[in-house]
Amino acid sequence: MIAALTPRERVSLALRELYQTYGYRQYRMSKFEEYDLYARNRNFLTDDHILTFSDLNGKLMALKPDVTLSVIKNTRSESGTRKLWYTENVYRVPRHADSFQEIVQTGLECIGHVDLYTMGEVLMLAARSLETVGKDYVLCLSHMGILTGVLRSGGVPEERAGELLTAVGEKNLHTLRALCGEAGVPPETAELLSRLCALDGPAAETLPELLALSLPAESRAAAEELSDICGLLPVFGEYQVALDLSVIDDTDYYNGLLFRGFVAGAARPVLSGGRYDHLLHRMGRSGSAVGFAVYLSELERLLTESRDCDADTLLVYGPEDDPAAVAAAARAAAEQGSVRVQLRGEGGAIGRRRIGPDGREAE
Amino acid sequence: MPDMLSVALPKGRLGEKVYGLFAAAGYDCPALLEPNRRLIFENPENGVRYFWVKPSDVAIYVERGAADIGVAGKDILLEKAPEVYELLDLGMGRCRMCVAGPRDFRDDAAHVLRVATKFPRIAREYYAAQSRPIDVIELHGSIELAPLVGLSDVIVDIVETGKTLEENGLTPLETVVPISARLIANKARYQFKSGEIRSLCGRIQEILNRKEQL
Repeated sequence: MIAALTPRERVSLALRELYQTYGYRQYRMSKFEEYDLYARNRNFLTDDHILTFSDLNGKLMALKPDVTLSVIKNTRSESGTRKLWYTENVYRVPRHADSFQEIVQTGLECIGHVDLYTMGEVLMLAARSLETVGKDYVLCLSHMGILTGVLRSGGVPEERAGELLTAVGEKNLHTLRALCGEAGVPPETAELLSRLCALDGPAAETLPELLALSLPAESRAAAEELSDICGLLPVFGEYQVALDLSVIDDTDYYNGLLFRGFVAGAARPVLSGGRYDHLLHRMGRSGSAVGFAVYLSELERLLTESRDCDADTLLVYGPEDDPAAVAAAARAAAEQGSVRVQLRGEGGAIGRRRIGPDGREAE
Repeated sequence: MPDMLSVALPKGRLGEKVYGLFAAAGYDCPALLEPNRRLIFENPENGVRYFWVKPSDVAIYVERGAADIGVAGKDILLEKAPEVYELLDLGMGRCRMCVAGPRDFRDDAAHVLRVATKFPRIAREYYAAQSRPIDVIELHGSIELAPLVGLSDVIVDIVETGKTLEENGLTPLETVVPISARLIANKARYQFKSGEIRSLCGRIQEILNRKEQL
């Protein structure tokens, strides 16, 4: 039975098993939501396109481009901490595409009270999700508080912070320096930003480097939190974790821990997540939340097996053959492996061996 | 296939100059300079593979991970906004993105400005920042012709020496942004080769600094 699964189905099952092992419950949702939900949080979505239609009562509805917003909307804050996982179809226009696509998104959310243990657990699940997809992976960690702390202590005005963060996200040191000069950022802040922007590599090496920098109080607290979370991971197991402070996201939604997962062979991140208390608060919920999504569509190529044949045995019969003999031969062949039965002269299928209805090798 | 560092180079004079820089940084590949029509060159000894690609395509090869790193003009990076790291300004192929028009051009704010360009995104963002409504006319070549025959009021294009403009009675009116060649890297590939890519950047930066001092 397991052999019949495609690599992608196997990954899906393995992820489901993984999340359920740690007590996460499956969250199911309808295909539609009111358009308003997405319109209000437009910047949270990865692209601007939303597929809409009017419901019978005239309400504008949308085919969901995202799951997290619905999870928050449908989660009561008084019901305690919820640990959920989902696998849902979302409708988006991916980068480089010129039409809507149905994309399967798997993810996990923990909403309510998020503490150090919880972040460690979610991070471990993220690392193990990547491991499921490919043994050669890197989980890159960052913490929004580190950069925002530096920007705040340097007195960088809000309207300049965006472009500075963009430059950090591109690891674009030359532009970062030029922008700092233009914006009149104090030299020690500019220098610190450059150091942070260039900081990446295995967590074991880069964390001590990060903690050795002279950081403003807010950033130091963030760096220490990051270090504490990393300290928790080895208790769960050994994972390939790196630090990369160029991993940034919209501060309107994200705060704190942020992470991206990469797998060798995929050109874009296959996992993305973080702490999103700000989004929760924007939607009128209290508490804290952390979660991630796995983009199995990015793995299309990686998870597609190329098959060199359609079946183990190709059984070829002619119009003159007795159907009962063909059936008996098919049954015998199917007991040993897969079989494809085909009328002679009808090309197309390829088998590892080719037999006739008498069970003998045919040419 | 061992894990080689694959580099997308822009075909042409700039690409050859860039290769010189990479070679000096320890990534030489002598086969590259042989006169033939091959597109891929490898040097297994120092683990590097080069491709020659059309300059405007470099960012695509890098963003989609067909190349680990590449060299692209800032004009292309601004226009296509690929999701890549921009690691170094190589300072080569310097020019500027300009608004150009007839010498006696006066912007009449009462009309929508017609702008002919190969860089619609750059043009839109530049004028949007000034809240100036424009009508973008996207062309693929001989942009200078557009204002001469009344297709557009001005053009947004790359100006190197300004000679083509001058010969056609046009002049640069405003500088949109200075342009030069940038070293870019695929964000996912970088995670697996960060040590190698960083040390390459360091060596190139050293060479550039030495040149600057001369």
